[in-house]
Amino acid sequence: MTDALHILSVGKGGWGGALLLAAGVTFALSVLGFLLGALFGAVAAGGRLSTRALPSWVAKGYGTVFRGVPDLLTIYLLYYGGSIALTEIGKFFGSAGFVGLPTFATGVLAIGIISGAYQAEVYRGAYLAVDLGQFEASKALGLSRFQLLRLVIVPQLMRHALPGLGNVWQLVLKDSALISVIGLVELMRQSQIGAGSMREPFVFYIAAATLYFLIATVTGSVFRYGEARAWRGMVHA
Amino acid sequence: MIDFAFFVEIIPTLLSGLPLTLQLAGLSIGIGFALALLLALAQQGNHRMLVWPIRSFVAVFRGTPLLVQIFLIYYGLGQFRPTLQAVGLWWLFREPYWCAIIALSLNTAAYGSEILRGAIQGVPRELVEAASAFGMTRLQTLRLVVLPLALRQAIPSYSNEIILMVKGTSLASIVTLMEVTGIAQGLISQTYRAVEVFVAAGAIYLTINFTIISALNALETWLTPYRVRA
Repeated sequence: MTDALHILSVGKGGWGGALLLAAGVTFALSVLGFLLGALFGAVAAGGRLSTRALPSWVAKGYGTVFRGVPDLLTIYLLYYGGSIALTEIGKFFGSAGFVGLPTFATGVLAIGIISGAYQAEVYRGAYLAVDLGQFEASKALGLSRFQLLRLVIVPQLMRHALPGLGNVWQLVLKDSALISVIGLVELMRQSQIGAGSMREPFVFYIAAATLYFLIATVTGSVFRYGEARAWRGMVHA
Repeated sequence: MIDFAFFVEIIPTLLSGLPLTLQLAGLSIGIGFALALLLALAQQGNHRMLVWPIRSFVAVFRGTPLLVQIFLIYYGLGQFRPTLQAVGLWWLFREPYWCAIIALSLNTAAYGSEILRGAIQGVPRELVEAASAFGMTRLQTLRLVVLPLALRQAIPSYSNEIILMVKGTSLASIVTLMEVTGIAQGLISQTYRAVEVFVAAGAIYLTINFTIISALNALETWLTPYRVRA
């Protein structure tokens, strides 16, 4: 027990500092990936809701593929596919070796693409939950399409979307551990390094699990607070 | 542009991992469901000594990444080899195959128990009261009234969980098990053709998922003949 505490201490010879830093990387990776996913998700939800065939079809395909294929495969596709393309470009300019994609950016992109597919479903459902009268009233007020979305629909849509977005966020946070396979030193990778170096896998993976759990719990309550705020003054079941 | 010959070459290789993927998914979904049902039922009685540990188990397994759970069971418990050998469980924790199945089963049991708990609570109280007015025992009520309704109610949510598990089996490749994703990664680093391998491996997973969703939809329709809807 004292051994474990010594290994995980923040000071000299301890791994605590490195693990906390890596938890910071995990958090940053997840937040940026989630935000990128919000962008992809909003565009895809727009496509799904479109009455035209092509956007709706493309958005549906995007959702089916990235929600149905293992996230690990998507990560390999982006990392190796991107690196292979980059290596070809490097060859053109006379470089000989393998050029790896920057792992943090690849991770953000991978999480963005995967979580976007899930977020699209959340936004679509939330959009459909907004009362039709709101659209008619906005039209009667003479609001433009952009004003309608920005001033009337999105604020109400977010109210319905928040619980679903909270679920997607939890998924993102746990998915971020998979980015360790392409070598980004986030919480999972840092624990592997520590476990290998100190030959104490149990201590390091328990520490990693605890940190993931803490981030998930704290951010989960932020979402719940946001939800309560979004519904303030409204009567709902 | 599209090289069919290459697909013809890699698809059989990828399919050789399919039995392992299906085994991992089938076993862990089966064991996980049995555990989930037990955990959901154990929480119905509201005994604090039962409910509290179950809630903690569920919170821990839902709040941490599956990859950490696999590593903790495979590498973490490996550290306690002498103890595990003494209690005769080493054969289980020595094999990445069983470690992956244990981790996947516990993970899906945690998510599944929440789905089933909600579904059991969703069964109208009046039905349970009517059953006891008929003189049914608690076990009969459970078997003949509560579970049939609750399990049917749970099918849509549970099918989502099953899909997540099929995708989750891909993590077994990180602990050296060569299922479809593991083989795909090997192929990508050998051939440098990430897109083609992704398309082929992805198609295998989409086919599995599509089959499962269709089967469960059919099961739901079959169990609710009076509720015919599009």
